[in-house]
Amino acid sequence: MSEAISEAGAFRQIGTRPIRPDGLDKVTGRANFGADFSLPGMLHGRFLRSPHAHARIRSIDITAALAVPGVKAIVTGKDFPDVAPGDIEGGEGGGDYHDMAVNVMARDKVLYHGHAVAAVAATSTRAAEEAVRLIEVEYEPLPVLLDIDSAMAPDAPLLHDHLYTEGLPEKPARPSNVAQVMESTRGDIEAGFAEADVIIERTYLTPTVHQGYIEPHACLARWGQDEQSTVWCSTQGSFDVRSMTARVLDMSISRLKVIPTEIGGGFGGKTTVYLEPVAILLSRKSGRPVKLVMTREEVFRASGPASASKIKLKIGAKKDGRLTAMSAWLAYEAGAFKGSPMVPGVMCVFAPYDVPAFKAVGYDVLVNKPKVAAYRAPGAPQALFATESAMDELARVLNMDPIELRLKNAVRDGSQASYGPKFNAIGMEACLQAAREHPNYKRPLGPNQGRGVAVGFWFNVGMQSSAEIHINEDGTATVIEGNPDIGGSRASMALMAAEELGIPYQDVRVLVADTEAAGFTNVTGGSRVTFATGMAVIEAARDIISQLKARAAALWNVDVEMVDWVDGKVVARPGVNVEADPLTLADIAGQAAKTGGPLLGRASLNARGAGPSFSVNLCDVEVDPDTGKVDVISYTAIQDAGKAIHPSYVEGQMQGGAVQGIGWALNEEYIFSAEGIMENAGFLDYRIPVASDLPMIDTQIIEIANPGHPYGVRGVGETPIVAPLAAVANAVNAATGLQMTELPMSPPRILAALEAAKG
Amino acid sequence: MDSFAFQAPTSLDAAVALLAEQRQASVRTQILAGGTDMIVQMRSVDRAPRMIVDIKRIPETRSIQLGEDGLILGSAVAGAELSARDDVAAIYPGLVEAADLIGSTQIQGRASVGGNLCNASPAGDTIPALIANSAICQIAGPGGWRELAVEDFVVGVGRNALEPGEFLVALRLPAAQPRSADAYLRFIPRTEMDIAVASAGVRVALDENGVCTAARVAIGAVAVTALLVPEAAEALIGTRLDDAACAAAAAASSAAARPISDKRGTETYRRQVVGVLTRRAAVIARDRALGGQA
Amino acid sequence: MKQQVSSTVNGEPVEFLCAADETLLEVLRDRLSLTGTKEGCGTGDCGACSVLLDDRLVCSCLVFAAELEGRSVTTVEGIATPQALHPVQQKLLEHAALQCGICTPGVVVAAKALIDANPEPTEEETRYWLAGNLCRCTGYDKIIRAVMDAAAEMRGATS
Repeated sequence: MSEAISEAGAFRQIGTRPIRPDGLDKVTGRANFGADFSLPGMLHGRFLRSPHAHARIRSIDITAALAVPGVKAIVTGKDFPDVAPGDIEGGEGGGDYHDMAVNVMARDKVLYHGHAVAAVAATSTRAAEEAVRLIEVEYEPLPVLLDIDSAMAPDAPLLHDHLYTEGLPEKPARPSNVAQVMESTRGDIEAGFAEADVIIERTYLTPTVHQGYIEPHACLARWGQDEQSTVWCSTQGSFDVRSMTARVLDMSISRLKVIPTEIGGGFGGKTTVYLEPVAILLSRKSGRPVKLVMTREEVFRASGPASASKIKLKIGAKKDGRLTAMSAWLAYEAGAFKGSPMVPGVMCVFAPYDVPAFKAVGYDVLVNKPKVAAYRAPGAPQALFATESAMDELARVLNMDPIELRLKNAVRDGSQASYGPKFNAIGMEACLQAAREHPNYKRPLGPNQGRGVAVGFWFNVGMQSSAEIHINEDGTATVIEGNPDIGGSRASMALMAAEELGIPYQDVRVLVADTEAAGFTNVTGGSRVTFATGMAVIEAARDIISQLKARAAALWNVDVEMVDWVDGKVVARPGVNVEADPLTLADIAGQAAKTGGPLLGRASLNARGAGPSFSVNLCDVEVDPDTGKVDVISYTAIQDAGKAIHPSYVEGQMQGGAVQGIGWALNEEYIFSAEGIMENAGFLDYRIPVASDLPMIDTQIIEIANPGHPYGVRGVGETPIVAPLAAVANAVNAATGLQMTELPMSPPRILAALEAAKG
Repeated sequence: MDSFAFQAPTSLDAAVALLAEQRQASVRTQILAGGTDMIVQMRSVDRAPRMIVDIKRIPETRSIQLGEDGLILGSAVAGAELSARDDVAAIYPGLVEAADLIGSTQIQGRASVGGNLCNASPAGDTIPALIANSAICQIAGPGGWRELAVEDFVVGVGRNALEPGEFLVALRLPAAQPRSADAYLRFIPRTEMDIAVASAGVRVALDENGVCTAARVAIGAVAVTALLVPEAAEALIGTRLDDAACAAAAAASSAAARPISDKRGTETYRRQVVGVLTRRAAVIARDRALGGQA
Repeated sequence: MKQQVSSTVNGEPVEFLCAADETLLEVLRDRLSLTGTKEGCGTGDCGACSVLLDDRLVCSCLVFAAELEGRSVTTVEGIATPQALHPVQQKLLEHAALQCGICTPGVVVAAKALIDANPEPTEEETRYWLAGNLCRCTGYDKIIRAVMDAAAEMRGATS
C-alpha cells in the first residue's frame, strides 16, 4: 500500500473517521428530505398513469375530474411546450431533451405502463386521487415490445416512427428500435482466436433492475406571478434539475431556483427529472404551491430502472492462460427512449485485461419499459458479469487458479486501456494480490459451498465543481458547495478543508447550498464528488492560504515571497527578520478588518485526472440442492480508493455496492406480464436484500494514489457494484458444477438447472 | 369524501349489535384486526368507503387460553404476543413458528393469526399450520355462535365462509396427544419479508415405540386454498417416520399440489419444493414428538 | 366524519382530528409535523415509518390513526433526551452506519425496541429483528455492528 502525502507533509486529519457534520440531524429525525417540506396553501398532486405499455392517446376528458371539490388544477401533455431534440447535458445518463419532456408527460402516445398522462393538484391527496380516477382517456393499444430480441427483429413494430439508428456508416433507409450502434476494436481478432488453445463462448442475460433507493422521488414547487419559480426536491444534481426543468418548460434558468433537500438514496436514479416540471406547471395553473411525491409503486413503474442486457461473449486463450482475443456483442435495453449505458458497457467490457485483439459491438435498444436511468457504474455490471463469468470458466477449463489467470492478463501501469488511454498508477494487480493473500481466500469450504472471484472496474469522472470557504471571525470555517450529500460527503469536504487550513475538523461546517447560493456544480454521481468537488474545496482552501500569506506579510511589512504556510500557520521564511510569532488562521481572521476584510476562498474547476478504480471481490455461497436457494456466507470487497479521505464512508460504499450487486445476482428483477405490466412493483416482490440475508461484508481498502488529485483520491462509489454479479455466479457455479449465465439466480432457476444437469 | 367511519366496540355483544345495525342500514363494514393486509388492500385494491370495525378492544379476541382442552386463541392476538408465550410454543411450536414467520418484527407487532386466516391468501402462513393442528374457527354473528373447521373456512382466493354480520372471534385447537408435535416450514427466496412460495404444516403423534399413530399434513401456496393432504398423512401413519415414509409423504404432497406459475415461483418448482418441505417438516415434528427440541 | 382522538405522542398528550381511514403515518407527518418518521413504501415492507405503539414496534403506515385513542406513540423525535443522544443514535454515528439517512429514523426506533426487549442480542438476532428495516446504502454491516455496540454499551452502563 502506498500513502499519498500532501504538500504540507503527512496527513493530520485525512484518513481519520470523525462523525459526519450532519449526523445529529439524521439520527434524530431533524433532517428534511424531499417529502418533508410544506408551504402555506400547499396543494397535493397525483398522477394519472398509462394502463397500457404502448398505445396511442385518442382523447383525454378532464371535465368530471375538474368538478371534484378541492381540485385546483389539472395538466396533460397539451399544457407542455414542444421541446426540440438535443443531447442532454449533465445528469448521468444518455438521452435527449425532447424525449425527456415526453417522458415527463406523454403527448400523443404512451410508451410504457405507468407513463404519466395527466396530473392533478388538489387540497388533499384523496381529492387528487378521486379526480385522477375520473379523468377519461381513450387509448388505441399498440403492439408491445419487452425484450431485446423482439425489438431488434427486422419486422418489429416501432416505438418511434422517426428514430434512425446512429453510428452506422450511412443513415439507414428505415427507422428502427435500435437507437445507436457502437463498435470498438483493436488488433486482428481472427488471428487471435485462431491462435487460441481454448475458446469460451456464451450468451449472458441480465434483467431490468432498480436502484431501490428507499426515498421515493419528491418535490415541492412554488410558482410566482413574477414568473420566478422555486423547487425543493430530492436530487443528486440540483443544477441538472434546474437546466432540465427549464428546458422542458422552455423557461429561462434565471427564473428557476432549485433547493436540494436531503436525499434518501439515488445511486444514479435521481439524476433526471420526473416531477419537477409537472409541479411547476400545476403551481402556475393553480397559483398555489404544489407537492408531488411518488408512491413506491410509481417509483418502480415510472422512474428510471437499469438496463436489461444480452451479451454474447467469446474469449480465446493459450494453454498457459494468456488471452489471445476477446469479442463481445452487447445489447442494452434503453426503455422507451434512447440512451441506455451501452457506450460505457462497450468501453469497459475488456477494460481489466491486456488482450492483443478485441472487438466489441454495442446496441442501444428501445423497448416498452420505463426509460432507464443511471445505476452505479452504468453499463459495467452487465458487461463484467459476462467477462468475469467467462474468465472463471476459462480458469476452470485450464485448471488454473482464477486469481492467477487474472494476474496473468491484468492491465498494469503502461497498459493501453481497451477504451483508449494508457493506464497510469492503477490498482488492478494490487487488488488481485491482496485477494490472493486474504484469509477469506483460504478458508476451507464445506459441502454444497463454493467460492467465486471477480474483478470490478469503473472509469470515474471529474467534471465541473465549485466551492467557497468562508472564514468566520474566530477562525472557524464554512464550506459552501453544491453536491447533495448522499453518503457522507460533507464529512469528506470538512476533512479536506480542515487538513488544508490547519484547523480542527469540528471547526468546519459544510453547507450544501441551492442553485443561487452555490457555484455551478455537476451531479453527485460518476464517483466524482470526493474527487472533483474535493479538489475544489482544497483549491478554495489554498486560495484562503494565499490570502493569509499576503495578509501576514502585510502585517509584518515584508514581501509575500518572504512567508510560508507551514503546519497550519503563516511563518516567516528562514532568515527573514520578523519579530512576531507565526500566525494561525484564527490569528489573522481576528484581524480581518485590519488586513483587508473578510476572508473568502473560492475555486471553480473542470476536474481532469480522474483515476479509474479497480476492485476484486471474493464470495462464498452455500446452495441448498433441494430448493436451489443460495446463502451468501462470506463476502470480501477489495478496492483501490486512491486515498481514503474518510475510510468508514469508503468501506460503506464498498459494502453497499456489494450488497446491491448480490441482490442483482440472486433475486432482483422486474417481472413483466405479456402486456408489459410490471407484476412486482413493490418491496414485497422486488426482493432487495434484507439484513438477515447477509453476512458481514469484509473490506480492504487499497491506496494507490491517483496522481490526478492533490491527495491521491480516486472515486469509490461505483466500482463496488461491478464485481458482485460474477463473484456470486462464480461461487454458485463452484458450489454446484453449473454454469449459470442468466440473472437473477433465483431458486427456481437454480433448481431447474440442477434438475437439467441430472439429466 | 369522509365517508369512512371508525368504531372500536369493547364487547362481543356490542360488536355483534354494531355489525347487525350497519348491515340493516346497508353500510359496508370491514373488520380490522392487525390491519397489515387490510390497510394495504384498502389503499391499493379496494378504496371504496366503509365502516371500519376494530375488534381489538374486545377481550375475547385478545386472549390466549391454554388448558386441558387445548388452546383458545383470540383472533386479534398479534404474532409477537403469541411468540412470547413459551407454554403455547411448547405444545404447538409449528403454529407459533408459522405466526412468527409473517413479515418483519414491525408486522409481528400487529399481524394476527385470525387476520391471516380471514385474509384467505393461498400463501397465508398460519393456515396450513392451523389445519395440521385441526383448528376450529369460533364465529360470532347475528345468528349466534358457530364453529367451522379451518379447512372449510377458506373457500377461495381471498374468500372465507363468514356470512354478513359475522366475524371470527377465536380459534380453538384440540388438546395435544401425548408424544405429539407439529412443525411448519415455508420456502421464500430471502430469509425474511417474503410471501411463501410453498409451505407445509405437519402434526404427528407417536406411540411408546415411536410409531406414528396419527398425522395431519397441510400444504400452502400450491393451490387456491391451503390443502389438507390425507395421502401424505397416510404415508406417515404406522411408520417410524423414517426416510422412506417421509419421502412417501413428500411425494403425496407434490402429487396433491395444484400450483400455478407466477412472480413468486413456477408450477414445477412449487410442486417439487412442497414435497421437500413436507419431508423436512415431518422430520422436525417427529424429532419434537420424540422429546427432542420442543 | 372526522374522528377525534386523544393520545400521547413522545410523552406529551396530543389531540387531533382525522379521517377514519387516515394512517398514523399520515397524522404524524401531516397533522403533527413530525416528519422524522419517513414513508418509503406505504405497505409495511420497508420499515422507514417504524414507531413504537404502546412500546411495541410497528409500521405507522399500517396503523389507523383512529386506533390511537388512549394509546401512546414514540417516534424517532422522542428517542433522545434533551441532554444526550440514545446510545443507538450515538453508535450509528460513530460507526458511520448511515449514508443517505432515510432509513435511519426507522432503524433507530427498531434498534431501541430490540435492545429494550433483548439487552444482549446476537448478530443473528439483530439481523432478523432489523430484517424489516430496508437499507439500500450500507449493506447493513455497519448498522448491525453499531446496534450490537450500543447494546454492549448499555449493558456496561447498567451493570
